[in-house]
Amino acid sequence: MNIVVCIKQVPDAKDVRLDPETNTLSRDGVKSVINPYDRHAMEEGVRLKEEFGGRVTVVSMGPPQAKAILQEAISCGADDAILVSDRAFAGSDTLATTYTLSQAIKKTGGVDLVLCGKQATDGDTAQVGPGLAVRLDMAYVTCVKKINTVTDKVVVLERMMDDGYDEVEVDLPALLTVVKEVNTPRFPSIRGLRKARAYDIPSYTAADIGADPAQLGLGGSPTQVVRVWPPEPKGNRTMLEGSVDEIAEKLAEIFHESSIG
Amino acid sequence: MDHFLSEDQQAIVDLAKQISREMVIPKRVHYDETEEYPLDIVETLAKSDFFALFVPEEYGGLGGGCYDIVLALEQIGYGCVGIATAYAASALGAYPIIIGGSEELKQKYLPKVATGELRAAFGLTESNAGSDAGGIQTTAVLDGDEWVLNGTKQWITNGGQAHIYTIIAITDPHKGARGASMFIVEADDPGFSCGPKEKKMGIRCSATTELIMKDCRIPKDRLVGRRGTGFITVMKTLDKSRPGIASLGVGLAQAALDEAASYAKVRHQFGKPIIAFQAVQHMLADMAIETESARTLLYAAARHIDAHPKDMSKVSAMCKVKATDVAMKVAIDAVQVLAGYGFMREYPVEKMMRDAKILQIYEGTNQIQRNVIGQELNKEYTK
Ligand SMILES: Cc1cc2nc3c(=O)[nH]c(=O)nc-3n(C[C@H](O)[C@H](O)[C@H](O)COP(=O)(O)OP(=O)(O)OC[C@H]3O[C@@H](n4cnc5c(N)ncnc54)[C@H](O)[C@@H]3O)c2cc1C
Repeated sequence: MNIVVCIKQVPDAKDVRLDPETNTLSRDGVKSVINPYDRHAMEEGVRLKEEFGGRVTVVSMGPPQAKAILQEAISCGADDAILVSDRAFAGSDTLATTYTLSQAIKKTGGVDLVLCGKQATDGDTAQVGPGLAVRLDMAYVTCVKKINTVTDKVVVLERMMDDGYDEVEVDLPALLTVVKEVNTPRFPSIRGLRKARAYDIPSYTAADIGADPAQLGLGGSPTQVVRVWPPEPKGNRTMLEGSVDEIAEKLAEIFHESSIG
Repeated sequence: MDHFLSEDQQAIVDLAKQISREMVIPKRVHYDETEEYPLDIVETLAKSDFFALFVPEEYGGLGGGCYDIVLALEQIGYGCVGIATAYAASALGAYPIIIGGSEELKQKYLPKVATGELRAAFGLTESNAGSDAGGIQTTAVLDGDEWVLNGTKQWITNGGQAHIYTIIAITDPHKGARGASMFIVEADDPGFSCGPKEKKMGIRCSATTELIMKDCRIPKDRLVGRRGTGFITVMKTLDKSRPGIASLGVGLAQAALDEAASYAKVRHQFGKPIIAFQAVQHMLADMAIETESARTLLYAAARHIDAHPKDMSKVSAMCKVKATDVAMKVAIDAVQVLAGYGFMREYPVEKMMRDAKILQIYEGTNQIQRNVIGQELNKEYTK
C-alpha cells in the first residue's frame, strides 16, 4: 500500500504573534514546526505501514526551509519525502494549494491512501484535505479518530462527530483527515535521525510537476483577503469562582435572572 | 562547555534530551510517588532505539560506543535517575551476554534486547555478598542436560520487570575465584520467582526485588562463557557499566545546578535576588565547577574506553566515583540554596537528593571503586 501524508510547516502556536499593523501572523523569529494535526497524520501513516505493510511518502508544499519538517518526518519513520517548492506557488489559497499538491502526488505514482491533518493551525480552513481528494478523484472522510483495519480494497474507520462517532467503510483509494485523538505521535529514533541526515530531499518545481501556471500561486487563487481585524469583544464577561457546586448554583441563578432561564 | 561532539552524537543527545524534557520530567513526580515501573517511558526509549544503542550491530543493535551510551544516559538521568535506572538496568543485564555469551546465546537474546522486546537484569548481590562478591551462596549443579540453580539474589534492579536475568552462581565450590559461572535465567523458568518490590529512599520507580531460585531448572546451554569464568564476566560487566552510573551522576548534578541557579535568580530576600549574595554565588560556582569537572572526566574516560577497551577498570572506577560524589554534593547544596522550598516535595531538588545517594552505592560502592583504583596504582607503580 502506498501512503502519502501531506504535511505543512506552521509557526509554533506557543510563539504566535500578530503584526499590529497588518493583523497578519508575524513569522519573524518565530519557530516553525510541523502542523500539530499533520504530526498525527504522519504517525498514522507510519503506524499503518508497520501494521499492514507499504510505504509512506510525506509531501510538503512550502519554502526551502520546509525541508526541516520533511527531515523530521523521515526521522519518525517515513520512507520518502518530497518538497514542492517554487516562487510561483507564493500566495496560494486553498484552491491553488490543492491543485499544486495533487499534481505532486500524481507524480509519485499510484497512491492508495492520502492522509492529512484535519486543518492547519495557521490558516484553520480545513479545506485542503477535502479539496485535494476532489482533485485526485478519491473518496474522503474528515475528522477520523481511529482507523480499525485496512485491506487492499477498503479502510474501516471511526469519524468523530459532535455527538459521538460514525463507523465508516470507505473504498480505496481514499483521502482521510485526522484529528488528534487518532494516535500519540512517536519521538524520532536514532536510526531515523541517521537516515534523515543522509536523505537528500528532492525538491519539485512547478515545471517538475507539470503544473498549469494559471492555476498556481496568487494568480490561481480566487480568495482575496480584503481585511483582517481582531474581533470586537462582545458583551461582558464574568468569571465565576468557587467549588463546582457553588459555580453551578451561581450559573443557574444568572440563567434564571436573564432571559435564558 | 563545548565537547566537540560528532553530528551523530549531538543527534543522540538532542533526542534523549527531547524525551527527557517531554516525557520523563512531566512524569517523574508521578512515578516517584506511586513507585510504579515507568513502562511507557521504557517502551518509548526502546522505540527510539535507545536499547539498540548498547547492542552490537551484528545482533540488530546500533553498536554504540561507551561515549554514545554515556551521552544518552546523562540526558535521561537529567530528567530522573529512577527512570534512567529502569532503562540502564537492561544494559547491565545484557552485558554478560555481550561480553561472554556464545554465538547461539547472542543470536537468541540480543536482537530482542535491541528492540526492547526483552528487558534484562543482572543478579550478583546476595544477603551475605554485597561488596564481597566472593561471598555468594547461590549454587548451580549440572543434572543431565540441565543446570539446577538454588539460592536468593537480593536488591536486583528490574526484578519482576525483566524477561531475562544474568545470574552468577557457584558451580565448583572448591575452586575459589574460578568456581563461579554466569547463567541466563528466563522469567518463566520453573523454580524461578521474584520477591515483592523493595521500599526505597530514592529511585523509587525502578523495581528492586529478590530473585528466588528453588530447584530452578534451565537448559545446559544457558551457561554464559565457559564454566568457571563467572567472576571475570562480572568484573568486565561492571567495568563496562560504571561509566553509565557516572553519566546519571552528571545528569543529576546538572539538573540540581539548573534548579538552584534559576531559583536563586527569582528568590528575593533582603531586597535582592539571593544570587546577589556572594555566599550563594560561591555555592553555585562550586556546583558548576564540580559538575563540569565530573562531565569532562566522564567524557574523557568514555573516549579512552572506546579506544582502549582492554584498559578500562581504573578510568571506569574513577569517573564513577567522581561523578557520583559530585552528584550527591551538588544535590545537597541545591537543597540548601532552595532551603525550605528545597525541602518541600513540590520542588524537584529533594527527590534529586534522595536519588543521588544510590549512585554512590550500587554497581560497587565508591569505597570499592577507590580500592580498584588503589590496586591499579599499586600495580602501575611496581612495574
Ligand atoms: C537500589 C539498589 C539496586 C541494586 N541493583 C542491583 C542489581 O541490579 N544487581 C546486583 O547484583 N546488585 C544490585 N544492588 C546491590 C548493590 O550493588 C550493593 O548494595 C553494593 O554492591 C554494596 O553492597 P552492600 O549493600 O551489601 O554493602 P556492604 O558490602 O555490606 O558494604 C557496607 C559498607 O562497607 C564498605 N565496605 C565493604 N567492603 C569494603 C572494603 N573492602 N573496603 C572498604 N570499604 C568496604 C562499603 O563501601 C559500605 O560503605 C542494588 C542495590 C540497591 C540498593
